[in-house]
Amino acid sequence: MARFDLNDDGVVVIVGSGAGGGTLGNELAQRGIKVVILEAGARNEIQDFVNDEWDSFAQLAWKDMRTTSGNWQVAKDFPNLPAWIVKSVGGSTVHWAGASLRFDEHEFRVRSTYGAVAGANLLDWPITLAELEPWYAKAENKLGVTRTNGIPGLPGNNNFKVMEAGARKIGYKEVHTGNMAINSQPRDGRGACLQIGFCFQGCKSGAKWSTLYTEIPKGEATGNLEVRPNSMALKIEHDAAGKVTGVVYADADGKTQRQKARVIAVAGNSIESPRLLLNSASNLFPDGLANSSGQVGRNYMRHMTGSVYAVFEKSVHMYRGTTMAGIIRDEARNDPKRGFFGGYEMETLSLGVPFMAAFLMPGAWGRSFTSAMEQYPRMAGMWLVGEDLPQETNRITLDPKVKDQYGLPVASVHYDDHPNDIAMRNHAYGRGAAVYQAIGATTTFPTVPYPSTHNLGTNRMSAKPRDGVVNKFGQSHDIKNLFVSDGSQFTSSAACNPTLTIVALAIRQADHIAGAMQRKEI
Amino acid sequence: MREVDHRAKLNRRIFLQGAATAVPAVAIGASTGLSIGDAFAEGATTLSPSTLKTLVKVARDIYPHDFLVDSYYITAIKPWDGKAAKDPAVKTLIEDGVKRLDQDAQDRHKMPYAQVPWESDRIVLLRGIEQTAFFAALRSDLVVSLYNQKDLWPKFGYEGSSFEHGGYIHRGFDDINWLPKA
Repeated sequence: MARFDLNDDGVVVIVGSGAGGGTLGNELAQRGIKVVILEAGARNEIQDFVNDEWDSFAQLAWKDMRTTSGNWQVAKDFPNLPAWIVKSVGGSTVHWAGASLRFDEHEFRVRSTYGAVAGANLLDWPITLAELEPWYAKAENKLGVTRTNGIPGLPGNNNFKVMEAGARKIGYKEVHTGNMAINSQPRDGRGACLQIGFCFQGCKSGAKWSTLYTEIPKGEATGNLEVRPNSMALKIEHDAAGKVTGVVYADADGKTQRQKARVIAVAGNSIESPRLLLNSASNLFPDGLANSSGQVGRNYMRHMTGSVYAVFEKSVHMYRGTTMAGIIRDEARNDPKRGFFGGYEMETLSLGVPFMAAFLMPGAWGRSFTSAMEQYPRMAGMWLVGEDLPQETNRITLDPKVKDQYGLPVASVHYDDHPNDIAMRNHAYGRGAAVYQAIGATTTFPTVPYPSTHNLGTNRMSAKPRDGVVNKFGQSHDIKNLFVSDGSQFTSSAACNPTLTIVALAIRQADHIAGAMQRKEI
Repeated sequence: MREVDHRAKLNRRIFLQGAATAVPAVAIGASTGLSIGDAFAEGATTLSPSTLKTLVKVARDIYPHDFLVDSYYITAIKPWDGKAAKDPAVKTLIEDGVKRLDQDAQDRHKMPYAQVPWESDRIVLLRGIEQTAFFAALRSDLVVSLYNQKDLWPKFGYEGSSFEHGGYIHRGFDDINWLPKA
């Protein structure tokens, strides 16, 4: 396994080891480029994962202090936990459900398609679906996505069968067990899904793709990739010419280190990535790195979300088997006649009893709540996830008061629901309930959003430097050897889960970085 | 469909728990007439027995599950004694919170909270303190300390960790048999 010197200024330093950083690291290493990945979390492997919601949360979740504001429900229910993401090698690919969907064509062209929407900061991506298609194909092959590359779909569990029966009853057509990065048959040295459940707690069988046990060990095997866990990036440094030169980080002992770099790629998820750029402000870049547009941290998107749980007369046992076990895609289209722009997916979801208690009706107590809890074995559940519109004022800033253990300002997350989100959520609650009522649900619960798992848009791509932070390759407009490699590049959120697009962009970016390095452009 | 045996793991753990903590309690009980719940409160180091007993009552009123015996609520509440021992601010928060609740109960019903006989009357009292830091701390702790007890999961038809059993691939992940034909 490679170990690179702190003064080796020929390496690419990547901050973060998730879908973006982990993929980029391996792709570069495969091309013979030396890479150091700095990962803030520990290296928990498959054998360390636990099938226990709170114990796993303690093991994997990003729990460092954050603050919140805005009218979104999460700020009220979980004021210091705006996002449920991972601090561990593999990042949020340890915790993700595995849903791997491509954007629709119009979702790259939201400004052109939706027009000017009041309060929204809409912008077309500088790339099109056609440009990204070959990279989506590579990503699907890498992840082993079901229903692509001749890979069969997963079998449906009870929770899916309930949703499917209701969906068919009310006339939905595109209903299946999803395009999942979970092996339905052995592939790439990993086994088939054992229907364990606990997909969010780290897959104990390794059937679900995670950079932790795919990209990272493959990259390490080349001798070109070094992953440093427990290494929290604090600041990116630059030279007088404005080129970035290295990353200052706190190591496992809390000691400050400085890794020199030829190229730096930031992939710390959409809250930490802008925070790092903002915390790296200097005399030359007083508003933070890559921020001449003032867009770093802005346009924070977290998807329109919500859930519907339904109670039936007889048992469902929704927790058995894959957590995201199937999808209804009929509402994913853009059809403004419904009263909102964009669309949403309906995907099965289940929580165990401990998390159901915490998330079904946050803050609720008394018999209406406990009566709902007592229906647990007879419950089915779905998650609603749809496009939310970028707003300039939804943003990550540095908290003026609260500091972390290294003395740096923590991230403050401000989010207000756009009227479009509210209209879409209400529509989705109604359709979700209708699915279950069609086959005899006695009660349905419209459940408020959980802390954000899809954090997007805070270093967005733009054709023009004044509209965003990075170009079509995730390269910052201002500093040519500084890249962004995570979902914070997203110019729009689309309706679907973001990981496949993050991976496709990372593979494409690796190609771009390798070429630019070879040509000595960076 | 494979249903979950509500008794399975439950009885064994409760028995073991009971054996560890309740034997002295039973001994005390025989001579003093105290119940197991009372004995737990008498063993407290920092909070008064009556404070703890009131907290157990409040815990049941916040999350009332009639199929759960008091031992689950006691398990959920017990750590407050230790937390109060470590942090005087917690001790004050809890003691003042219970004092206020008892005072409200006295004003309205001429008796302490735990003796108000009807749940519906006690709920009115809890609504009166719902916005206090005491209630918020108690409820947000309880939603974890109660529902995160593995012993009560089978009561809710939840089976917990599945990996060591080979997942559900051969244990009923798709065994639903009552759905209408599509």
